[in-house]
Amino acid sequence: MTLPQELRYTTTHEWVRVENDTATIGISEHAQSLLGDLVFVDLPALEKTLAVGDDAAVVESVKAAADVYSPVDGVVIEVNSALADKPELINQDPYSTGWLFKVKLVGELPLSLLSAAEYQAMLNEEE
Amino acid sequence: MLIFEISAKGRKNHLQAPRLAPEAKDIPAHLLRRTPPIFPEVSELQVVRHYTQLSRKNFSIDTQFYPLGSCTMKYNPRGVHQLASLEGFLQHHPLTPISHSQGYLQSAYELQEILSHITGLSAVSLTPMAGAQGEFAGVAMIRAYHLSRGDTARTEFLVPDAAHGTNPATAVMCGFRIKEIPTDKHGDVDLNALRAAVGPHTAGIMLTNPSTLGVFERHISEIAKTIHDVGGLLYYDGANLNAILGKCRPGDMGFDVMHINLHKTFATPHGGGGPGSGPVAANERLKPFLPIPTVGYDGDHYYWLTEKDCPQSIGRLSAFMGNAGIILRANIYARLLGHEGLCRVSEYATLNANYLMARLQQAGFTLAFADRRASHEFIITFKKEAKTMGISAKDIAKRLLDYGVHAPTTYFPLLVPECFLIEPTETESKEELDNFINILMTILKEAKESPELVKQAPHTLPVRRLDDLKAARELDLTWHKSKKPEEA
Repeated sequence: MTLPQELRYTTTHEWVRVENDTATIGISEHAQSLLGDLVFVDLPALEKTLAVGDDAAVVESVKAAADVYSPVDGVVIEVNSALADKPELINQDPYSTGWLFKVKLVGELPLSLLSAAEYQAMLNEEE
Repeated sequence: MLIFEISAKGRKNHLQAPRLAPEAKDIPAHLLRRTPPIFPEVSELQVVRHYTQLSRKNFSIDTQFYPLGSCTMKYNPRGVHQLASLEGFLQHHPLTPISHSQGYLQSAYELQEILSHITGLSAVSLTPMAGAQGEFAGVAMIRAYHLSRGDTARTEFLVPDAAHGTNPATAVMCGFRIKEIPTDKHGDVDLNALRAAVGPHTAGIMLTNPSTLGVFERHISEIAKTIHDVGGLLYYDGANLNAILGKCRPGDMGFDVMHINLHKTFATPHGGGGPGSGPVAANERLKPFLPIPTVGYDGDHYYWLTEKDCPQSIGRLSAFMGNAGIILRANIYARLLGHEGLCRVSEYATLNANYLMARLQQAGFTLAFADRRASHEFIITFKKEAKTMGISAKDIAKRLLDYGVHAPTTYFPLLVPECFLIEPTETESKEELDNFINILMTILKEAKESPELVKQAPHTLPVRRLDDLKAARELDLTWHKSKKPEEA
């Protein structure tokens, strides 16, 4: 399992792609494999203000429901509406078509975000 | 097979008993349905056969071993049922004047006293109709307590990540925000995280002890002090009371309020059969807020305590007072066992769990908390098997059904991947436990030698492996007349 190197990660298994002042957020390959086949995704409302660690979304599989925490401070500008009918996109391709939502960043990126190497090291330790 | 599938047009079954209910003539015309409802057209014998055959497909504690973790699926003694079925109880109407209800009221009062003694809390209300309603009552009481003191700043409830899912749901229902507290690697609440989370906004914490990880929370006194020091209160989830019955008491641990699942710990029926019953017990501080009615006793007569007597009560939760038949059964169960018998319940429940745990570990199964003694339940994880053999906890659970054993709780608690939460209860014999161990060892061997056998289980039940993914993604609970069975 190789991690996209350009993304940043969290200890709670979200990923962030930063482009200028916009951040795209999803859950990692590891997170989707733990959850199993997803059946429902609850995405944040547009224009909702999120702070780091806020409950932002809920992903539900046949086994469990899990909160997705906002990895950054920002305002929601877009959600992946394709997930309403096809939550399996997260299972199939968590880093591209399975993205969850986009925010307009407010302030600096938190220092707690992990690089791909740091996240990989954390996963290895969990094994 | 649905009863509609054996229906044949025009087949009739004539009424054999006189119709007692008068015809309703006062329904407004615009509310009357215009098309007749669709009923199956079957004979009496077909009805009898249909439902008898369905009942024989039941998986139940009366027919099979049912080691469902966190749910205490124990045997419901028939003697208890027999006593609760005495004519005087069965025919007693809830609106009978109290002068003619002294027997039932006495039984309910005695149960209040017994539960108060067992929990170490000063008062009990039997009103909640189920565990979840008992939880709701308890947290609503904490909220009412803070508000009665004008303390409106307490908006947060702490819930450990090992909690039953109903805990955070209950606190949210009562209007609180949830703060999740992590668990350390030994299965105890992370005390540093707890200390960092408490403050003037803390309304309380919801804890299960022993926790859903099957271990006793060793720092319970420190947790209670931490919460009480900031003005919060402690709620005890009674789901795992079976493990500590007669041994230690939530009131002594520092809890302020709790619910008790009579349908678990006190061996009344549940598991699709119900009904549940979730009495709530409180200490002196929270006693005024207990839901009504409760039963009082003046040394001579038993009577209802209602709004007039308990002005601060959170109110009523059921039309009368809980599930009367269940309250009756729980009292009989407790009195038949007595104090010593109830102590033996937790001793045997714990012994059975630890025996299973030790034997399964010897047999090569991986324990989630190998360094801890189990309470009445314990967790094994199939993480290793999933990785090396591609066999999941779900596969093994399905294969267990082929061997006539109900699967334990799977994939809960969420903290442990690919897990079984196993609770044998005190009512299983050593032979039954040994049989379960042998079955699990057989399945593990099958998983190595012929994995497809396990991956495609069950093979011997009326239905094969169900597509739970399709069921969840395309939920359809409606019977459609037009669909043929093979398309349904």
